[in-house]
Amino acid sequence: MKGEIYRISGPVVTIQGINTRMYDVVKIGHERLMGEVIGIEGDRSIVQVYEETAGIRPGEPVENTGMPLSVELGPGLLESIYDGIQRPLPLLREKMGDFIERGVTADGLDHEKPWEFKSTAKAGDAVSGGDVIGTVQETINVEHSIMVPPNVSGTIDEIKEGKFTVLDTICTLTDGTKLQMMQKWPVRMPRPVTKKLTPNTPLITGQRILDGLFPVAKGGTAAIPGPFGSGKTVTQQQLAKWSDTEIVVYIGCGERGNEMADVLTEFPELEDPKTGRPLMERTVLIANTSNMPVAAREASVYTGITIAEYYRDMGFDVSLMADSTSRWAEAMREISSRLEEMPGEEGYPAYLSARLSEFYERAGRVESLAGFDGSITIIGAVSPPGGDFSEPVTQNTLRIVKVFWALDAKLAQRRHFPSINWLSSYSLYTKGLADWYNDNVSPDWVKLRDNAMDLLQQESELQEIVQLVGSDALPPDQQLTLEITRMIREIFLQQNAFHPVDTFCPMDRQYMLLETIHKFADKASAALESGVTMQDIVKLESKDELGKVRFDEDFEGALKKVIDKMEDEFDSLKSEDYGARATAEEAE
Amino acid sequence: MAPEQLQRRLSKLTKEYKTITEISGPLIFLEKTEPVSYGELVHINLPDGTTKRGQVLDTSHDKVVVQVFEGTGGLNRESGVRFTGETIKLAVSSDMLGRILSGSGDPLDGGPRIIPEDRLDINGAAINPYSRLPPEDFIQTGVSTIDGTNTLVRGQKLPIFSGSGLPHNEIALQIARQAKVPGSEEDFAVVFAAMGITNEEAQYFMADFERTGALERAVVFLNLANDPAVERLITPRMALTAAEYLAYEHDMHVLVILTDITNYCEALRQMGAAREEVPGRRGYPGYMYTDLASLYERAGVVKGRKGSVTQFSILSMPGDDITHPIPDLSGYITEGQIVISRELHMKGIYPPINVLPSLSRLMNSGIGEGHTRDDHKAVSDQMYAAYAEGKDLRGLVAIVGKDALSDRDKKLLEFADMFEDRFVRQGLDEDRDIETTLTIGWEMLAELPESMLTRIDNKFIEKYHPAHKK
Ligand SMILES: Nc1ncnc2c1ncn2[C@@H]1O[C@H](COP(=O)(O)OP(=O)(O)O)[C@@H](O)[C@H]1O
Ligand SMILES: [Mg+2]
Repeated sequence: MKGEIYRISGPVVTIQGINTRMYDVVKIGHERLMGEVIGIEGDRSIVQVYEETAGIRPGEPVENTGMPLSVELGPGLLESIYDGIQRPLPLLREKMGDFIERGVTADGLDHEKPWEFKSTAKAGDAVSGGDVIGTVQETINVEHSIMVPPNVSGTIDEIKEGKFTVLDTICTLTDGTKLQMMQKWPVRMPRPVTKKLTPNTPLITGQRILDGLFPVAKGGTAAIPGPFGSGKTVTQQQLAKWSDTEIVVYIGCGERGNEMADVLTEFPELEDPKTGRPLMERTVLIANTSNMPVAAREASVYTGITIAEYYRDMGFDVSLMADSTSRWAEAMREISSRLEEMPGEEGYPAYLSARLSEFYERAGRVESLAGFDGSITIIGAVSPPGGDFSEPVTQNTLRIVKVFWALDAKLAQRRHFPSINWLSSYSLYTKGLADWYNDNVSPDWVKLRDNAMDLLQQESELQEIVQLVGSDALPPDQQLTLEITRMIREIFLQQNAFHPVDTFCPMDRQYMLLETIHKFADKASAALESGVTMQDIVKLESKDELGKVRFDEDFEGALKKVIDKMEDEFDSLKSEDYGARATAEEAE
Repeated sequence: MAPEQLQRRLSKLTKEYKTITEISGPLIFLEKTEPVSYGELVHINLPDGTTKRGQVLDTSHDKVVVQVFEGTGGLNRESGVRFTGETIKLAVSSDMLGRILSGSGDPLDGGPRIIPEDRLDINGAAINPYSRLPPEDFIQTGVSTIDGTNTLVRGQKLPIFSGSGLPHNEIALQIARQAKVPGSEEDFAVVFAAMGITNEEAQYFMADFERTGALERAVVFLNLANDPAVERLITPRMALTAAEYLAYEHDMHVLVILTDITNYCEALRQMGAAREEVPGRRGYPGYMYTDLASLYERAGVVKGRKGSVTQFSILSMPGDDITHPIPDLSGYITEGQIVISRELHMKGIYPPINVLPSLSRLMNSGIGEGHTRDDHKAVSDQMYAAYAEGKDLRGLVAIVGKDALSDRDKKLLEFADMFEDRFVRQGLDEDRDIETTLTIGWEMLAELPESMLTRIDNKFIEKYHPAHKK
């Protein structure tokens, strides 16, 4: 059945003379631009178009594919870079050059490439949705499970082994159903699971302030809001690089082209700390930059989460970074206003909060249909206008997520990175993960952490007094608190993403650093009690040297040297002639 | 057939409609047309014989909405409307260098029409992110607060956030004069687009371009304060189209200066209001982020092409407020910002760049060994940290007096003053190379006790600290 275009207003096109269902994919105009039905009014349908619409006229033909917007799932997703509707960007470049033209279709997976398929099921096996029937070594470290699509079940009649493309039949069921390595899934529909499980393991990121103070659990949700330049993107990239996750889906949603180019050059060169393989081999990138069509930006988040779910179903721990969910929300707003829908708060559609929670709800640790334990951790950047967290996207997000990493422009301005505010951030997983830290890091980790948080809280109160009277007016023990919290901030919390060593700090090193700061604090406090002055403690060289250990290739060696020096320095402060000198100075 | 002839033939062929039903602000509404394409260029013939241009904003079987670039003054329902069947194009040629054009691309300098080598859609097309090369070539501007602490690289978009009455024009010109990639002799060009600035300001730029001979390597587009506001929506697109053409077809490194982005955004707001759209924050359209991105993202370096487009635009922050939607949305798109401070300006410091809120996001890839110098990042970080702390202490000193400060704090306080006086302050024509900038940095840092240099690796201290260098 053919219809025609009635009206064009930017990315929103009204069509008539054709039956549609909500979310059907339609082809618009002579150039067959891809669009999706997002509203139906009488005999007209409203379509958001994923490509530029300039030059299109009313009256041009329209065709309904009858399929909802879907992604292709199967071997070959890893190492790909897609636009918001899963068109591989390298393929688009081949077909149309360096600038994105329109009217070009491109399959999400390479339909020609042969993969070595090993069957793990046999004829006669009864299988149902999600069951694994074989594997493909997708990259050196990722064994890709070929699963029965969620809505299919039956008994295997024949199963093959050997080299096949994703479209070849590899398995036939007794009812004649043919299975291929590729399956399609509509992006707006969550893939089913058996049940949700409680997250119980932290996502170890190698970022001290995150792992140490505000951990996110595998299968959890975190938001990272902050004004421009406060570190959202760098933090997300750090997580994509260093997290102990098996698969990373990174969505550049309405952000900069150069940032994606950066990831594309860096990731193939960086090594996964766990496997030693290039990071790219575990990564899927989705890049729908700010100047690419907004409707495809709206779709990019769904494309990403569906791919993440597919790997989760194989039992992988997947993490998904969306930079930035605000641009996604704005895409919804742009489309909504073209539809002349009733605007809600700040012009966002009334369904903003529902869409956000549906998205974050797709995170979680689950038992997959096949019985695997898999997870998706979602980390969403939020870009509040003017850095004001009271705006709708931030507020609606905070109602859903369990971890809040609040970026602070003041910290960024003084180049305290990551500029995550330690007083206003929180993690609701801290308690649930305490056992894990106890068993895997150290029994006194929780104590050290709580103590550090407590000191930082005290610092902020003391700072208020300092603002009025100056720090010299404080009693020595409070001056010491300020000195220790400076150490916590500068040695533990600050971390330079661009330093080859400091960029990634494994958990044992994090523990050693925090423990050493505490050791210093204890010694200093004992020294104060025995009559040593703050001036002398401040002068200790071991304190400054501790600050540089995190940059040292030989971290353990450097730390040991500092600890030895610290012992010596405190010993010499204790020695008798110190007492004599101090009295002499006072007498002067 | 020459393009102009072709144009004339075409315009005879296309039908003229006299079906305007409504004129509202910069918009006209028409009925009973043949199917008209979205975004196409429109010619409107007024009863007095003049012609205006417009663009289709909304089209259906029943109604067409056109925005008129030269404003709707003088238009009436008898005016004839012709649809050209194509989107707005700019005639481009390497002969554009040295030329002064209007905000819609017509010669203003009395020179001949540009003989086109090509005619390009002014909206351009998005660079495929996969085709981009990450920018990393250090551009030396000769200004310490940029080179030293907020480094500009080729292919970057780094605007100046300023305010009324501040010397942003002087700074932009100083940079246009001094900018170079050390050790490279490649072709460069400047594309300058004025959007709604005063005639006097425009003259200031033109005089400087002429004085330094820069005009020969420049293409100038002028939409002045008394030109129609709607035209401002196409001026920057024309300029960027010219820039891309010179960069990607003629291998030039192009520096684009758009001024003033704020006037552009005001025009955008005006259009939104005329279309009775639901306004977003503070009355600006909800799609302003996307719209601005369609300008700013047209900077970059493309794999396999020699040229590049770098943007160094000027934006005046209404009420000096960096959270205002115009600087805010810009900052979310650009790769940093250079922030001009009224406070430093009042203190008589030129260039009054406040480094604290300033940022170059691409600095890390453009500095260090092989680009500038191995210690660059460390020196910059240390100066930032010390200046930020020292500046904070000024507030405290005002309350408790200097004597209540610890020795450490006193040093930091002195550092902040020294930083503004020696590092920030420099002459209008003072062109400092990067070595000089870093040397000044080290001389200042040497005034702090070495134990306070916690951001600097010991190996750099040994190599560059004045007390260690022989
Ligand atoms: N962990 C970090 N270490 C060092 N520099 C950082 C870090 N985080 C942010 N930065 C600096 O801050 C700049 C802005 O960070 P970015 O993540 O791009 O901000 P946002 O995405 O919030 O706008 C970066 O270009 C970098 O210079
Ligand atoms: Mg960012």
